[in-house]
Amino acid sequence: MAVTKTTASRKQATLDAETLRAMYRNMLRSRLLDERMWVLNRQGRAPFWISGIGHEAVQVAFAMNLRSGEDWAAPYYRDLALTLVLGMTPKDQLLSVLQRADDPNSGGRQMPAHYGCRRYNIITTGSPVGTQLLHACGIALAARMRGEDTVTFTSIGEGGTSGGDFHEALNFAATHKLAVLFVVENNGFAISVPWEKQMPTRDVADRAKAYGIPGVKVDGGDAIACYKAAREAVERARHGDGPTLIEAKVVRLTSHSSDDDQRRYRTAEVIEAEKAQDGLLRFRAQLEELGVLTAGDADEMRAELLLELDKAQEEAEAAPLPEPESALLHVLAEDLR
Amino acid sequence: MATKTYLEAIRDGIHEEMQRDERVFIMGEDVGAKGGVFGVTDGLQKEFGELRVMDSPLAESCIVGVAIGAAMNGMRPIAEIQFQDFIMPAVDQIVSEAAKIRYRSNNDWSCPMVIRAPFGGGVHGALYHSQSIEAMFCHVPGLRVVVPSTPHDAKGMIVAALRDPDPVLYFEHKRAYRAIKGEVPDGDYTVPLGSAAVVREGDDIAVFSYGMMVHTALEAAEKLAADGFSCEVVDLRSLRPLDREAIVRSASKCGKVLIVQEANLAVSVASEVAAIVAEDCFDSLDAPVMRLGGPEIPAMPYSPPLEHYYLVTPDKVERKLRDLAAY
Ligand SMILES: Cc1ncc(C[n+]2csc(CCOP(=O)(O)OP(=O)(O)O)c2C)c(N)n1
Repeated sequence: MAVTKTTASRKQATLDAETLRAMYRNMLRSRLLDERMWVLNRQGRAPFWISGIGHEAVQVAFAMNLRSGEDWAAPYYRDLALTLVLGMTPKDQLLSVLQRADDPNSGGRQMPAHYGCRRYNIITTGSPVGTQLLHACGIALAARMRGEDTVTFTSIGEGGTSGGDFHEALNFAATHKLAVLFVVENNGFAISVPWEKQMPTRDVADRAKAYGIPGVKVDGGDAIACYKAAREAVERARHGDGPTLIEAKVVRLTSHSSDDDQRRYRTAEVIEAEKAQDGLLRFRAQLEELGVLTAGDADEMRAELLLELDKAQEEAEAAPLPEPESALLHVLAEDLR
Repeated sequence: MATKTYLEAIRDGIHEEMQRDERVFIMGEDVGAKGGVFGVTDGLQKEFGELRVMDSPLAESCIVGVAIGAAMNGMRPIAEIQFQDFIMPAVDQIVSEAAKIRYRSNNDWSCPMVIRAPFGGGVHGALYHSQSIEAMFCHVPGLRVVVPSTPHDAKGMIVAALRDPDPVLYFEHKRAYRAIKGEVPDGDYTVPLGSAAVVREGDDIAVFSYGMMVHTALEAAEKLAADGFSCEVVDLRSLRPLDREAIVRSASKCGKVLIVQEANLAVSVASEVAAIVAEDCFDSLDAPVMRLGGPEIPAMPYSPPLEHYYLVTPDKVERKLRDLAAY
């Protein structure tokens, strides 16, 4: 039950080149889309964006270890990369950012990054931080009742772990040994509040001990370590051994959201220094060193993904906005006036 | 057809629906071996096992949040809150989540679940075991709020709630549990959610009420009948949505309206009924709309004189009805 550390070296041998390249591609695809969202915001075409830049590795690692459409996800707003690996497309998320009627997350009703798509078992998520963790428990409980071997991913920032639902969810999932993967994406900040003012101890994973479940700390910028941690936790859950609390130490390489300016509460030096911890850059260097990816491969991948992205943006921009009176629809199954 | 208590009727409805539909399960504090603090789920765990009749941790957000997740994953959960007073920690899950799941996902997701909770006072429950806070939820689009007042409706409405595709708050008056008995049909039937019922016909004054207060209103109406005043008593049954047509029909017919509830009056069910009457029945009214409810104090106090002072009694209703009759 002790907190375990995973290191990249131990895992490398077990991942084949194809998986590593797929992982890199997934991370890059999310990063390019995320950067495009910022551009749209700064151009005044998208009123809001909240980014996953710096968080991609752990999300991709988990999503690649899930069975899309069978397993479940109750994500939070930084999980763009997760949604893409599970099957949603850059166009889907662009439709949301541009508030279009065909946005599969919400039909343009919610702010962007409030993910949800029934086709891929990504549940609808709202804004209140933490509520999704309990939904994940209920999903897993239903699976248990039907004797299914599906697992449920759920995630939250370290700030969200201060709220009551975090405790209630871990307590419930651990008590009933439910197949839930609790992933804390710890970037050290909740908007402007640093972790030291959020909690008394540095590592959220240590709290697993109180629930009698494994707590795993992983370097969220180490893609291979993330992949291995994800695989272990998913296997555990699928075999009926209960939940795992995984804490990925990540960096938030942007302001909290497009409405925030982190220079008000972080020094330029700190912001600059964190860029060196960017998991995408680190992974690329690692893969080149391993001979899995050449600079040429990476550039080709990037060009291909940008092409997909440009097309997606074009299509999303051409898509219609919702009809005003459609605001009245879908309050209840049978719409009441 | 057999005579049953209100409590037995609720249990019958849950029991039969659990037999018919294996997606239905119940979770809450003490619902298992003990059968709930009032005995509503008595015997169910023996029949359906510990998973389908699950003793939850003492955590209301957990009870409702887990039920929401299970509902999204194909189940039909009943989340039992031990007393309506303790629903507060679950309000975020109910109002921010359950109520908005269909709307915010543009109909991609839904949340078919029932949240049951006993409410109401007159049982020496003091501030935190007596409240009637249903109006809070009546303000929230995306929720249904129902309160049966008879055993017949209690069974028919719990079954209807469990078959409804959206979240339903089903509030049970705890004084009715054993005090109210009535005929309950055997087997499968439903009482549609969203409809009021005329439980006594009359021409002079329309009385709108719900829960235990329906019985209080009926008692008072009987007293006035002796003096030749006929009251039409309407059991609202559904508080969200209100049955607007039924309200307008009875109010227009009688021309005088009294609304009776146990809860305090400010921004309440009575306020909404009064607004409907003001909007739709203005030309038919022969007197100002009158309302009777609890006082504007935080909740029902413990000591008998204090508790009694809070409660709406048949005497208080009778006095109000006589005021209206004389207007
Ligand atoms: C219950 C609740 N309170 C406040 C907010 C406003 N809010 C949105 S994100 C956020 C900070 C969250 O920080 P953290 O959980 O660490 O995640 P991060 O954004 O760093 O990934 C706050 C305060 C909210 N959405 N929900």
